[in-house]
Amino acid sequence: MTATPLPNSTPAAAPAPNRLRTLRNLILSQEGILLIVIIVVMVVVGASKPRFRAENNLLDIFQSEAYIAVAAVGMSILIISGNIDISVGSLVGVLAILSATLSVNGLPGWLCWLIPIGVSMIIGAINGFLVAYLRIPSIVVTLGMLSILKGGMIIILGGTTIINMQPDFFLSQWDWLNIPTPIWLMIFATIIGALWMRYSSTGRSIYAVGGNAEAARLSGINTRRITITAFVINGLCVGICAIMYATQLNSLQASPPVGLELRVITASVVGGVSILGGIGTVVGSTLAAILLSVIRSAMIFIDIPASWINAVRGSLILVTVLVDILRHRQMDRH
Amino acid sequence: MAVSEQPIQPASRPGGTGIMRILLRQETVLFIILVIGVLLLSTQTDKFLTKDNILNQGRLLTEVALVAMPMTFIIITGGIDLSVGSILGLTAIMLGYGWKNMGMPLEVAIVFAIAVGTFAGFVNGFFIVRLGVPPLIMTLATLALYRGLAEGISQARSVRGYPDWFFQLGQKDLAGIPTQLWVAVIAIIITGVVLARTTFGRGLYAIGNNELGARFSGIPVARFKLLIYTFSGFMAALAGYIYVSRVSTTRSDMGTGLELDVIAAVVLGGTSIFGGSGTVLGTVIGLIMIQLLKNGLSLAGVKGDATIVIVGVVLILSIMVNNFIQRRTGASA
Repeated sequence: MTATPLPNSTPAAAPAPNRLRTLRNLILSQEGILLIVIIVVMVVVGASKPRFRAENNLLDIFQSEAYIAVAAVGMSILIISGNIDISVGSLVGVLAILSATLSVNGLPGWLCWLIPIGVSMIIGAINGFLVAYLRIPSIVVTLGMLSILKGGMIIILGGTTIINMQPDFFLSQWDWLNIPTPIWLMIFATIIGALWMRYSSTGRSIYAVGGNAEAARLSGINTRRITITAFVINGLCVGICAIMYATQLNSLQASPPVGLELRVITASVVGGVSILGGIGTVVGSTLAAILLSVIRSAMIFIDIPASWINAVRGSLILVTVLVDILRHRQMDRH
Repeated sequence: MAVSEQPIQPASRPGGTGIMRILLRQETVLFIILVIGVLLLSTQTDKFLTKDNILNQGRLLTEVALVAMPMTFIIITGGIDLSVGSILGLTAIMLGYGWKNMGMPLEVAIVFAIAVGTFAGFVNGFFIVRLGVPPLIMTLATLALYRGLAEGISQARSVRGYPDWFFQLGQKDLAGIPTQLWVAVIAIIITGVVLARTTFGRGLYAIGNNELGARFSGIPVARFKLLIYTFSGFMAALAGYIYVSRVSTTRSDMGTGLELDVIAAVVLGGTSIFGGSGTVLGTVIGLIMIQLLKNGLSLAGVKGDATIVIVGVVLILSIMVNNFIQRRTGASA
């Protein structure tokens, strides 16, 4: 991202060798800490407020930020590749409107989902092309794309509310095995994303390119292709996120969801993805999205006004980054 | 990453080596586009090139312009500040809160609010310099944090009912020119001179080109960086005060998305997002271009929101053209 070489950033923070991978390391990994914090918050708040641990509320906690988690899977992969996308909020807005409009015009549900996802992947490919071949920094490309999408959306629809979608459209409102579809989508996206990043050669290459693009290129990786792939995968996840967002209510406001990209990037960063690229996991970002949702729900139950949620989000990023820096210093000392 | 592949520009200065060099500078290219654009737009509507309209656009431009000056410094050093919009919002809220809820006289509340905003910028700089937090992450965190503080403190209540003198800065004129435009012009001249003519300014370019090298050559990198992030907080706070004075009320969502407008103007003005090159003049042209483009197009009957699309397209195109020119001149040099 930033080309300035930070003196105290350990390149690609080499994970400890396998023989040292004791239980302690697993617990002290970003994912382990997040899981522990989630459990602690849920136990503490649940013990004092029984309604917090009611089944309805628990399902609601996991469901309400599921679309953030799905977008964060893509964002994490993109940030690991050394890029970023700040246009996610506008893109989700445009795709949601497109999807709902298709349904109002009588297209079957599955087409209303697949077409926006395809569009999203094409936009991802365009972003990736501009970054990989024309060497425009991703933050600038997606800043431009943000304007184009935001303006384009308002031209098309001018702040109306869309209603009268077909009954076969509302994916997010369905259940499977008594669990709402958003939770399933979040689980599937996370598992597939995690396995793909860990075991596929493309996934490994994304880590390599994000860690050190020049070294990756010299070792025979087609860095341009990898960059475009990361953007297309991000497009896929944003597309799914948009469908989840569009189908959760019976009406859809034709305005971009405010601050959505910030929530997605927050999930990635709190989940342990390094903004410098090359480090992080998809599981971490999903756990972070869940943690943010747990905290938001807990705040309501312990009577903290919801208007403080952004302050909590910001503090959480800061705490994560500081803990990470302290951990690295400790590692350097050993 | 890509910085090693690009030819390092000598701070986009012509260096007096031929007229082609000057012509191919981003500022010149932008200025020509700006002039052509203004001429084209003025043929579409006679309301565009009037004194009233231009001055009014200057009024609207001031807040973005004030914040764009330190942003130019920061991006030249290879950093970024995403929290400026939130600092603006926090300042606005603290102004109203200090006055109405804490019982300060309005003058004191203004100073207090600007001090809070400046401190917010200092916090950014402190974490970035002392703890080595990447600027993108630090200011992303405070983008959420400062906005969250503004929302939490204000509890969605707005403060109105300011006395008449308070509106001098935001709504009245001084010598026939909007008051805040004077502030903007003074800020632009000072920052322009500081960047181009002082050792501090040269130091910022050095940091952006090679931070480690700058440190080894005796530039106080940490102090310079702390200074520019604090300065960024101060200017965002000043912009917040002007904003409140202009719209006569405080709300916690003020300045949302300001960072993107500011960064777009700075980058459009030829400052490399990788650091090491850029000028205040370029940023000013970038600012005017975006503002006049939006205004001219809407006066010419283009629906308001199409102008945002065009700004996005112009942004990407201008970077592409600039990259292309840089590569050509880099190859021939």
